[in-house]
Amino acid sequence: MIEYKYLDFEKPIIELDRKIKEMKNLADSENLELSKEIQLLEKKRDRLLKDIYTKLSRWQRIQLARHPLRPYSLDLIKLMFTDFIELHGDRYFADDKAIVGGFGKLDGANIMIIGQQKGRDTKIRQFRNFGMCHPEGYRKALRLMKLAEKFDLPIIIFVDTPGAYPGIGAEERGQAEAIAHNLREMATIEVPIIVVIIGEGASGGALGIGLGDKVFMLENSWYSVISPEGCAAILWKTENIDNPAKIEANKKQAAEALKPIAEDLARLNIIDKIIPEPPGGAHLDHQKTAQILKKELLEALVELEGYSSEQLCNKRLEKYRVIGIYNELR
Amino acid sequence: MAWFRKKSRDLSGGEKREIPDGVWTKCKGCGEIITSISLKKNFWTCPKCNYHFRIGSRDYVILLLDDESLDEYDGNLVSADPLGFKDSRKYTDRVADARKKTGLNDAVIAGIGKIDGHVVSFAAMDFNFIGGSMGSVVGEKIARAIERSIKREVPLIIISCSGGARMMEGILSLMQMAKTSALLAKLHKMRIPYISVLTNPTTAGVMASYASLGDVIIAEPQALLGFAGPRVIAQTIGGELPPGFQSSEFFLEHGFLDAIVNRSELKKTLSLLLGYMRVPK
Ligand SMILES: [Zn+2]
Repeated sequence: MIEYKYLDFEKPIIELDRKIKEMKNLADSENLELSKEIQLLEKKRDRLLKDIYTKLSRWQRIQLARHPLRPYSLDLIKLMFTDFIELHGDRYFADDKAIVGGFGKLDGANIMIIGQQKGRDTKIRQFRNFGMCHPEGYRKALRLMKLAEKFDLPIIIFVDTPGAYPGIGAEERGQAEAIAHNLREMATIEVPIIVVIIGEGASGGALGIGLGDKVFMLENSWYSVISPEGCAAILWKTENIDNPAKIEANKKQAAEALKPIAEDLARLNIIDKIIPEPPGGAHLDHQKTAQILKKELLEALVELEGYSSEQLCNKRLEKYRVIGIYNELR
Repeated sequence: MAWFRKKSRDLSGGEKREIPDGVWTKCKGCGEIITSISLKKNFWTCPKCNYHFRIGSRDYVILLLDDESLDEYDGNLVSADPLGFKDSRKYTDRVADARKKTGLNDAVIAGIGKIDGHVVSFAAMDFNFIGGSMGSVVGEKIARAIERSIKREVPLIIISCSGGARMMEGILSLMQMAKTSALLAKLHKMRIPYISVLTNPTTAGVMASYASLGDVIIAEPQALLGFAGPRVIAQTIGGELPPGFQSSEFFLEHGFLDAIVNRSELKKTLSLLLGYMRVPK
């Protein structure tokens, strides 16, 4: 078990869980009849959980999306797919560790799976560059998509990134070109593409592998044009503010203004579906999360396999063509 | 809007901060004091150091299109406020101010025009309108410009000048990258030419979508080009950025530009390219 700091709003639940566990242990070891008390505590816990989670602010939801125990791409791949074989490299420059991909079987069906990958401890976090891709990551992803197209395999993509990496090498090797090129190519890939925002979907770094026939978001993920931190830095110049409470308040305000959570995107018709998470969030039950998601993916695959590649590409173009809200003056 | 019908081919210069109305102007590149008249004659570029002052979208129409040839489209599209966005100011107020200040309805002008007789679908962005940012209106106008190219089988020319996607329209702005790029895939398949012209600055969401997808990509000298902003990169790496980083010259060196072209040569260059890049019959 990895030690970590629980989020403030989860602490009361974690505390109750601890009590319930203690009581169960006591009942077992001392052979006591405590089932009523335990039941009562469990009821209390469920009520509290519902109470807290129905009232979460957008900023709190973003904390859940970034939870250090949240299932990452490789966790979900392991839990959902069999016979996964990872493929590496963009064939031009390097193998970007912030993105993983390869063949896998979903209930026996052959799939190309691609996902942005974060790390859980300091060392792995750095190895994965915090899930921030370089141009070679976007090019590796596209290479795998073309491979899938060649062998007529559906593509499943997990998005989980705090943004494309802002660095010197990334600019030298064409970060903008890599993302733009992916967007253009993904529009005409002749196999189904299902995209799932599993944690963070920050800006072009997410969209660079995020164009698809179906776009799903896990209940506690976020997806926007900029992170609340980035937004706050631009609007309130937070880098020049010394007061941490003020900065925190600005980030919260930015999170509210950006409307970046799954409900917001569903309301704006940007995503096709919100995938529910187990009570308390995906981090509390990876297995269950994978199970729910797998069912949704299988359903979507069945639907998309009903289309010819031409129908698929036309529908995909149309899906994006109509996005935008504006007024026309008479 | 009859501004493009005016006979004068003088560039008004769109950027108030960069182009003062006075008799003398201090060059931001070399510090030289130049008469505004000579600057104007020189396409708002410094005769001494070639610094390119920023100009507006209307100026590019005058500079690049044949006299009175622009048939403007979609000038009536204006921003809605899909998120109800508010920071220190309301987004609707920002838009209203920008419209008043610039006389434009949003950050891009689009239409059908001629470049030395070549009919083109043309779009030029304007930095004066909320930093040339791309929200739903810019995305839609670019999308329609691409569709006009496809329908009429004429080349597409986009002059970019933008700090990226418009934050105040959130995810909708981000999705304009996907919308425009997906349509460019269609244009590409139909073998219709697209020349992308990058001016100072072209970054972030615009650079990571249509601006990077030209068959030929040219830039004005010394423009700021890239994905991430220099401030963010300096912060991330915790150090100074190398001189010339993210300039047009840097982009050319790293293989992401076909050419750097002085503003005075821009029309001639586009015309020459259009002669080679014809829609196959
Ligand atoms: Zn000068």
